[in-house]
Amino acid sequence: MNHLPAIQVIIPLLCAPLCMLLRWRTGAWLIATLATWATFGVSFVLARTVVLNGAITYDMGGWPAPWGINYHVDTLSAFVVLIVSGVGALTLAFAYKSVQREIRPESLRAFYALLLICLAGLLGIALTGDAFNIYVFLEISSLSAYALIGMGQRRRALRAAFQYLIMGTIGATFILIGIGLLYSLTGTLNIQDLASRVEMIPNSTYGNHTLITAFAFLTVGLSLKLALFPLHLWLPNAYTYAPSVVTIFLAATATKVAVYMLLRFSFCILGQRFVFEQLTLGNILLLPSLAAILVASLVAIFQYDIKRMLAYSSIAQIGYMTLGISLNSHAGLSAGILHMFNHALMKGSLFMVMGAVAYRTGSVYLSDFRGLGRRMPWTMAAFVFGGMSLMGVPLTAGFISKWILLQATLEAGWWPVTAIILLGSLLAVIYIWRVVETAYFNPRHEIEHGTKEAPLSMLLPMWILVGANIYFGIDTSIPLHMAERAATILMSGGTL
Amino acid sequence: MNIGAHYNYWVAIFLMMTGFYVVITHGNLIKKLIGLNLFTTSVFILYISMAKVKGGTAPIIAPGIEVYSNPLPHVLILTAIVVGVATTAVGLALVLLIYDRYGTIEEDEISLKDDAL
Repeated sequence: MNHLPAIQVIIPLLCAPLCMLLRWRTGAWLIATLATWATFGVSFVLARTVVLNGAITYDMGGWPAPWGINYHVDTLSAFVVLIVSGVGALTLAFAYKSVQREIRPESLRAFYALLLICLAGLLGIALTGDAFNIYVFLEISSLSAYALIGMGQRRRALRAAFQYLIMGTIGATFILIGIGLLYSLTGTLNIQDLASRVEMIPNSTYGNHTLITAFAFLTVGLSLKLALFPLHLWLPNAYTYAPSVVTIFLAATATKVAVYMLLRFSFCILGQRFVFEQLTLGNILLLPSLAAILVASLVAIFQYDIKRMLAYSSIAQIGYMTLGISLNSHAGLSAGILHMFNHALMKGSLFMVMGAVAYRTGSVYLSDFRGLGRRMPWTMAAFVFGGMSLMGVPLTAGFISKWILLQATLEAGWWPVTAIILLGSLLAVIYIWRVVETAYFNPRHEIEHGTKEAPLSMLLPMWILVGANIYFGIDTSIPLHMAERAATILMSGGTL
Repeated sequence: MNIGAHYNYWVAIFLMMTGFYVVITHGNLIKKLIGLNLFTTSVFILYISMAKVKGGTAPIIAPGIEVYSNPLPHVLILTAIVVGVATTAVGLALVLLIYDRYGTIEEDEISLKDDAL
């Protein structure tokens, strides 16, 4: 019971080589699926414990904290872990059929192994209480992500993966520099220890140069990883050409975990007052976030590859999250954190629709959607609901986080920002509508693909996510409670 | 402020910017990877030079030795080196596959082939 934080990471990490060792491909899928569902179960228990009894600290190997590496699970980490493992579990259920079409059979086992390693890395980032460990887990997840993206069918996937590798490594190296500078300043890597020592650094009211440099490197590196607007160039290609399953998984988890790291570093290590009052992170994030919401949504409207359209929409949605952070208020932060969860739900379901369409028609260009409303009714209905959540229609999850974000901007008196959020939603209506119109109101494709409804093993996880979109749009108490509590903890410096 | 006093930082900065420049300007994917390696190596040097304590020796328990250099950054960088090796390996594997499917590893030629489709 008290080993849960470690078990969470160990399950996928150990099951990954097991997938490789098996000669039996369905067996590899079974192991991977069992592993992800087990981690989901563990994360559920963890989240429950953390919400009821407060944060858990777990010393790796029994070594006490400042010397050994510890895992620190507070509400925010439990929330992120819940998102990551939940999406992972549903993705693998979805993967079985989709992968048969998109991945070469001889690399199937490696595919599942990489997916598990990626999952382990992402979970590790969220759970660990050690700054250097964050870097290591980040690289574990990124390296496996590069390889996974490179497994896409088209040769452009390789280029996208290479581009991501270059940008991702630069980002990770920046983060490494930031951590190194923090270490040279304080002599510790434990996050809680770091926080207390950073606070004690004299002269920090006027700005300690090393600390400011560390902050700059960390912010830029993390912005690269989370695809903040001008640093997002790797994302559209990577999401478009990656295999459907990989896109579902990465779109719903990887950028969220990067946002989590930004929150962790700026609130729990450097401290909210230092970061927001002296270094004005709020202003630094504000413009890129607004630009992301507007520009990325506009670009999305003109895409004909729908996967690419959703990738641009992801950049816009990340803008909402960072906008919430930049408000530097409890409400804004809760909205940002809640949007991490809601965005995982809606993008998960939308990319699953892409996976199902790609499974039946072979590609996801706008023209492929003609007449799909009649031939794949369940899949397209899922697209409509996921799209409604993306726009922020009431009674869907997307509405809740946007509503809270709107309230937060009004509270701060930022009228123009409120207008831009609404405008971003309108743009989302346009790009989702294009697809819906093509699917329902355009005549059938001249060339009959023999398209029929997607298999049940794809529809089920898709509709679980759609159901979650609707359920959490009506009764949002659980994620909202966790997000607000996480925001409270962050605002108080992560000590609660 | 004595600029020469922190020459280790200047070395790291120089290496880092060299690597970064190579990554940005070169279209050859292998050269890009070489630049990326330079870029990450500069950070290793930054860490290692930070660990040096003036007059300190290797961290060995022996009579008469009281000042040690900090061994922890070395250990951290050992991990980072492993990460760097893995990154290079994945990068090279991707370049190989790109060469297989495109027949070139020059970025502009790859773009041409992509646009031709």
